[in-house]
Amino acid sequence: MKALAARRRNPVVSTLLLLVALLGVGGAYTVATSAAPAEAVATADQTAIDEGKRLYLEGCSSCHGLNAQGTATGPTLIGVGAAAVHFQVSTGRMPMAAPGAQAPVKPVDYSEADVSAMAAYIASLAPGPAIPTAEQLDYSDADIAEGGVLFRINCAQCHQAAGGGGALTQGKHAPSLMDASPQEIYEAMLTGPQNMPVFANTTLPAEDKQAIIAYIADLQESDSPGGLALGRLGPVTEGLFLWAGVFAVFVGLAVWIAIRAR
Amino acid sequence: MSEITTRDSGATPDHGHGTPDGVDPEDLARPLYEGPGALPAADIPHRPRRSDFDPKAARRAERQVAALFVLSMLMFILFCVGYIAIDPTTAVYIPTFGEVGAQNFVLGLTLGLGIFCIGAGAIQWAKKLMPDVEVVQERHPLTSIKHETVEAADQYERGKEESGFAQYRIIRRTLIGAMALLPIPALILLRDLWTSKDGGFGPSPTELLSTTAWVEGMPIVTDGTYQKLRPEDIPVGGLVSALPEDIMEIQEEEHNLNARGKAAIILVRMEPGEIRAQQGDGWDYQGILAYSKICTHVGCPIALYEHRTHHLLCPCHQSTFDLADAGNVVFGPAARRMPQLPIGVNEAGFLVARAPFAEPVGPSFWERG
Repeated sequence: MKALAARRRNPVVSTLLLLVALLGVGGAYTVATSAAPAEAVATADQTAIDEGKRLYLEGCSSCHGLNAQGTATGPTLIGVGAAAVHFQVSTGRMPMAAPGAQAPVKPVDYSEADVSAMAAYIASLAPGPAIPTAEQLDYSDADIAEGGVLFRINCAQCHQAAGGGGALTQGKHAPSLMDASPQEIYEAMLTGPQNMPVFANTTLPAEDKQAIIAYIADLQESDSPGGLALGRLGPVTEGLFLWAGVFAVFVGLAVWIAIRAR
Repeated sequence: MSEITTRDSGATPDHGHGTPDGVDPEDLARPLYEGPGALPAADIPHRPRRSDFDPKAARRAERQVAALFVLSMLMFILFCVGYIAIDPTTAVYIPTFGEVGAQNFVLGLTLGLGIFCIGAGAIQWAKKLMPDVEVVQERHPLTSIKHETVEAADQYERGKEESGFAQYRIIRRTLIGAMALLPIPALILLRDLWTSKDGGFGPSPTELLSTTAWVEGMPIVTDGTYQKLRPEDIPVGGLVSALPEDIMEIQEEEHNLNARGKAAIILVRMEPGEIRAQQGDGWDYQGILAYSKICTHVGCPIALYEHRTHHLLCPCHQSTFDLADAGNVVFGPAARRMPQLPIGVNEAGFLVARAPFAEPVGPSFWERG
């Protein structure tokens, strides 16, 4: 312990401490941000609509209005369709815990039946995109190469070429697609959640969506060829990693070389 | 020179370290080698290291250096063993690094550590055992010696007289003329920038940068799938990356992607009431707006469109354009707004360009000012 105390003013120690702190913060962040999976839901009847309305008034109406007409704090839900409800609620994005730049993914408080009941209620208000069927989500015959081309044209600018996500303006971000299920991806394209634009079936038909999903599924399954993927966020993280991590090691080594021996 | 000090000029050791009796502190401040080429000790207090006066510490340092070199030898042997013994196709899971090739991992680790240990051993050797006396290295003054500058000036004068540069006026003038014409062949090659596909005198570079494949009535097709678009295909909040219909023909004709790069556009749709300003009256079609996809800063393709704020963000340098406000820059280094393409529909009901771009797309260039 004495030897340790004697060395604590050594410049190498402060460099190492900085490095350990940086790695600790990064690691804690990675552990803290994990997504919850979503499951498929069934169709609903009038009882489901009534149940959905009850849940809506309870959990959603304070922002979206008593008749889903929208308020100053939340947009109207008339015409957003069942797909939008399923995407937002089953990923935990809605109801939002607090107003903010973007609704984060968080643990889901509703059962599958609750989600489909709310979806049925919102769908009963006005026609909108329905929850995709199992047939629409089947991408087994899709062309992965074609999906890659469409992904790079339509998705990569925000979600990054390898699906790692990226930053947008004023605190908003495009999430990583590494944990997104085919249904979530399909519903997101169909409904344009939050600031994501809508990629409707008229401009991006179902088979193109399936090709994109097949490409993303392929990205999710494939390992990072270099080992450490660094969130697949591209040159910014790689540069930051080098500066904060590797560069700190080099600075430490340089200090050790230059320091006088005792 | 004044900064030179001799080894006798009072190098005082740091007594705080407790030099044991029997070791003369003066001796520790003397360079070991005193023959020709030795550098004189500096006139600053010298603090001896533990290994200078404690034989135990010196032996420990010796062992440390040797251990590092032995470790390096071990690593090189392990490298060879790894190369021979490990199947190149086996993968291994390393925490935080994920799934990596076992052989590559071992080869990189052993070779890296082996080389590192040689360097670390050498540095430890230099720090603990090699002499650490502060010495002074002589430097010459940076200015030239007086007689050399005088001689150079004389040589110049002599050359001027002997060559007769001042005397033969016609030679001097013709030489100046020849040197003046020398850059002309290089400049005339720039004419190639104006050459058109058939070898004739084509459009100027400025004209090429100022025009795109968009002309009046040109149908708009989706990028990637090349489908014509109807206004009702694009929902409010929708985003479509699009190109002129004849882009593939132009591309095959020109054998490059220049036309595609210039003509790329995005179509977005918002409620007509949300549009605060446009670059021309009625350039939208029922709330569908067409903007160039090429950033006016340094030309990155942009489609990071936020459909609630109507902001278009460039991923390269974070230039942000407000598409609801005539494509004006709201943030970032871009100096010009995003050019808008006036659109409408043709008789068949498909979206078309109503006119070419009114201003050059992409980054600024010299002639644009």
